[in-house]
Amino acid sequence: MRNQQNRRNSIVALIAVLMVLPVWSYAADDNCLTCHKDFEDGTGPSHLIAKDIHVQKGLSCSDCHGGDPVLNDMDDVRQSAGYKGVPDHLQVPDFCARCHSDATYMRSHNPSLPTDQLDKYKTSTHGQRLFGQRDVKVANCVSCHSVHQIGDGKLPHSSTYPANVPATCGKCHADPSYMAGYGIPTTQLDDFKQSVHGIALLERNDLGAPACNDCHSNHGAAPPGHESLAAVCGNCHVFQMELYDKSPHKAAFAKNDFPMCETCHSNHKIEKPDDSMVGTGADAVCATCHSADDGTRAFGVADTLASGLGRLVSARDQAKSALDDAIAKGMLTTDEEFMLGEVDQALIQARTAVHAFGTTEFLPKAATGLAKADTVRVNAKALIGDYYFRRKGLVIATLFITIVAVGLYLKIRRLG
Amino acid sequence: MITNSTDSRTGLVSRAYAWLDQRFKINSLVDYMGHKVVPVHGHSLFYYLGGITLFLFIVQVVTGILLLMYYRPGADSAYESVRFIVSEVAFGWLIRALHSWSANLMILFAFLHMFTVYFTHAYRKPRELTWLSGVGLLALGLGFGFSGYLLPWNELSFFATRVGTGMVGAIPVIGDQLLIIARGGEEVTGATIGRFFGLHVAILPALFTVMLSVHLIFVQRQGMSEPLEWQGRPESEKKFQKFFPNFLYRDVLVWLIALNVLALLAVLFPDGVGAIHWPLGTKADPFAPPPLVIRPEWYFMFAFQALKMLPAHVLFVEGELFGIILFTVGGLIWALAPFLNRKAQANQQSRLFFWFGILVVAFIIVMTILGYILE
Amino acid sequence: MTDVKQTRRSFLNYVLGGGALATLGAIVYPAFRFITPPPSGEANVSQLKLPFKRAEIEADPQQAKTFKFGRALGIIVVSESGELKAMSATCTHLDCTVQHRRDLGIMWCACHNGRYDLDGKNISGPPPRPLDKYVVNEVGEDIFVSREGV
Repeated sequence: MRNQQNRRNSIVALIAVLMVLPVWSYAADDNCLTCHKDFEDGTGPSHLIAKDIHVQKGLSCSDCHGGDPVLNDMDDVRQSAGYKGVPDHLQVPDFCARCHSDATYMRSHNPSLPTDQLDKYKTSTHGQRLFGQRDVKVANCVSCHSVHQIGDGKLPHSSTYPANVPATCGKCHADPSYMAGYGIPTTQLDDFKQSVHGIALLERNDLGAPACNDCHSNHGAAPPGHESLAAVCGNCHVFQMELYDKSPHKAAFAKNDFPMCETCHSNHKIEKPDDSMVGTGADAVCATCHSADDGTRAFGVADTLASGLGRLVSARDQAKSALDDAIAKGMLTTDEEFMLGEVDQALIQARTAVHAFGTTEFLPKAATGLAKADTVRVNAKALIGDYYFRRKGLVIATLFITIVAVGLYLKIRRLG
Repeated sequence: MITNSTDSRTGLVSRAYAWLDQRFKINSLVDYMGHKVVPVHGHSLFYYLGGITLFLFIVQVVTGILLLMYYRPGADSAYESVRFIVSEVAFGWLIRALHSWSANLMILFAFLHMFTVYFTHAYRKPRELTWLSGVGLLALGLGFGFSGYLLPWNELSFFATRVGTGMVGAIPVIGDQLLIIARGGEEVTGATIGRFFGLHVAILPALFTVMLSVHLIFVQRQGMSEPLEWQGRPESEKKFQKFFPNFLYRDVLVWLIALNVLALLAVLFPDGVGAIHWPLGTKADPFAPPPLVIRPEWYFMFAFQALKMLPAHVLFVEGELFGIILFTVGGLIWALAPFLNRKAQANQQSRLFFWFGILVVAFIIVMTILGYILE
Repeated sequence: MTDVKQTRRSFLNYVLGGGALATLGAIVYPAFRFITPPPSGEANVSQLKLPFKRAEIEADPQQAKTFKFGRALGIIVVSESGELKAMSATCTHLDCTVQHRRDLGIMWCACHNGRYDLDGKNISGPPPRPLDKYVVNEVGEDIFVSREGV
C-alpha cells in the first residue's frame, strides 16, 4: 500500500517538474533583468525600460550590450561571446550606429527610419568635437535620446518630441557652468522661450512652429551659417525669402557678411515684428544702417514703406471704428466683419512685401488693402444711415398715428 | 348697425347690411350689440386692459406669420435664418422686434388684466368660467413665451430652456418622463426646437383660438362686470356708456396708442432694454460652458428665483419639489378663486382674498427684482 | 346742424380717413417689403449658388476664385483634369487665406508654407487639420457649393 502511494507521489512530482521545466527554462531565457531590476533606490534601468522603443519592438538587453542572456553570473556574462558591456561616452555613437547605420538591418525592423544619423553627426559640432578632440562633454546619442527610455519622437513623453526638444538641448546649452570654456552664449533657451516660435511651440503646442532641430538640424547640429540663413528661414517663410533674394539687401548683406534674416530679426529671440521696425525714425531697424545721405535710395524707400503701412493701418482702424459704431447701434454687420478680415489679409501681404526692400511689390498690396478698408467704412456708414432711417420712419409713422388718434379723440369728445 | 340717425351711411353699406340680414338674420344680433353698455366709474380704465392684451395678441399672430416665411426650425438653420431675417430681409429687424416686444407686453398686460379682475372680484358669479378661461389663456400665453424663446437657438435661449425644462424633472414620479417629452430627448437639442416649434405655431395657436373665442363670447354675452360698490345701488345712480360707438372709439384710440408705443420700442430698443434683453448674440453650442448669467424670461424670473432660494430640503421634502408643490397649490387657489371666495359670491369685498392677492403680487414683484439684483 | 359744424365734421372725417389710410399704408408697406424676398433668397447655410461661372474661374491666372459661404471664406479651383474642387479657404494653422498653386497642383498657404492637396488634406507644413471640403454641383452654367454631409 505504502509503496503504491510513494510511487504515485514520485510520478506526480516528476510530471510536475516536467511541466514546470518549460516555464522554468522560458524564464531562464533572459536573466539580465533578474539582477538588473530596480535597485532599492530605484536607480536600476528596468523601471524605465518599459517606455523604451527598442524593448517595445522586442529587443532585449543583450541585443545592444551583447553577452549570453541565459547566464546569471556576471563573470560568466563578461566572458561570453559578443559581450560589449557599457560603452563610454566616446564609444556611444558607434555603439548605436552598429544597427542604426546598417540599412539592411534597419529595413527588417523599421524601413522608414533613416540610417544616416552617424554620418550627419560626424558633420555636426558635437560630432567633430567628440571624434576630433575626444571631448566627453559634447552631446552623443544618449545625451538627447536618453539611455534606456528612448521614445518615438512622435510621442509626447519622448525627449525628442518637438515640444520637448528645447529643454533637451537646453540641458547643456542653457547651463552656463557646463558650457564654460566653449565660448558660445547660454541664453538661447531663454531667448527662444520669449520668441514667437517659442511661445507657439511651448505654450500653444503648435507643432508647426520650429524647435531647435528645425533650424540647426538634429544629428547634424550646427548653426546654419550666415550664407544660408535665408534658405533655412525660407523653408517656412517662403515669400520673405524669395523677396529677400531678389532684393538689394541680398548682395549688400553678403558683402558685409551680415547674417541675412537675423540681421533685423535676431536668431533665437525672434519677436513679433512691429510696423515701427520699418521707416526712418530713431527706433526703426532701417536707420541702424541707412541714413538720408548714405548714397542709396534706401531712406526714401523706407519712408514710403513706413508711411504706406501707417496709412493702411489707420484706414483699417477707421473702418473698424465705423463698424464698431454700427454694431453698437445694433446693426448686423457680418458681411462687413468678413471684409475687415480681408483688410487684415492685405495688411499681412503688405508687411510681407516689405522684404523686397523696394516699392514695386508693396504698393499694389497696400492699395488693395486701402480699397477694401474704404469699402468697409462706406458700408458701415450706410448701416449707420440705416439706423437713422429707421428713426425717421418711426417719426413719420408716429405722425400718422397721432393724426388718427387726435381725430378719434375729437370724435369721442363730440359724442359726449 | 349704428342706430344713431345723424350718422350718414352710404347706400352701399345699408344694401350690404340688408343682403346679410336676409341670409343670417343679423338684425337681432346687431340690435343686441347696439344696446350693449359699459359701466362708467373710477376703475373704468381697467376695462381696456383685456382689449390691449387682445391687440397685442393680434400683432403676435401677424408678425409671427410674417416671420414664418423665413424662419427655419432645426439646429443647423434656426439661428442662421433669424440672423438672415434681421440683417438681410427688408424690415426684418422691425418684424422681429415687434414680435419680441409684443410678446413681452402681451404677457405683462395679461397679468395686469388678471390682477385688476382679481382685485375687483370681477370673477364672481356669473363670470366664473370667464375667469377660468382667462387663467387658461394666461397659461397658454406663458407656453407661447417659453416655446418661442428657444426658436432663435442662441446661447441665451439655449441655456434658459435647459434650466427651465430641467425643473420639470423635479416633479415626482412622472418628472423624468415629462422632461424627456418636453425636450424631445435627454438633452436640449434640435429635437427640442422641433417640438417647441410645433407647439408655438400649431398646437398653442389652435388651443389659444378656442380658449380666446370662448373667453370673448362669454364677455360679449355677459357684458362688463359692475364694480362691487354698485351693489345695491338703484339703476338711476349707475352711469353707463354705450359700447357702440363710444366705448369702441375709446378702445380703438387705446389700441392706436399701444401700436405707437410698440413701434417706438421696436425701433429704439430692438433688442430689448435694460435687464429685459434679447439680442441675437451667438449661436447655441451645447458643448460650450454655460455663461455666467443664465436668465429665464422676466415673467418666469420670480419662479426661477424662488426655486433658487429654497433650501435643499424643507422638512422631509426635496427643496425643488417643495417649491413646485407651493406654486401648484398657490396656482390652484388662484384659479379656483371664484368658487372659494364666498364673500365675492355674495357681492362683497373679501379681505382674505384681497390680502392673498397682495401677497401674491408682492411675492412676484420682490422675487423678480431679487432675481435681477442677485445675479 | 349748422354749416360750420357740418364742414368741421366733414373735415374731421377726411382727416380721420386720411390718417387711417396713411397709418394702414405705414403698416402694409413694411409688411409687403418684408415678404418680397431679398436677393439671396434664403439664409445660405448649407448650400450656395456661386455668383460667377466656370469660365470666370478658368480665366483667373491661378484658376481659382474665393467666395463667401455663410460666415466662412471658400475657394473653388479648376484641377488639372478640369474638375471643379471647392473647400474652405482658411488655413487650419493660423487662419491665413490659402491660394491655388497651379504649378504644384496644391493649395498653398503663403504664411508658413503649409500645403494641402486639392481635396483639402493637409500634406506638408504646419497645418494640423485638413481644410473643410465642399461638394460642387454644376447645373447648366450655374455652380452650386454645399457643405459635406448635409
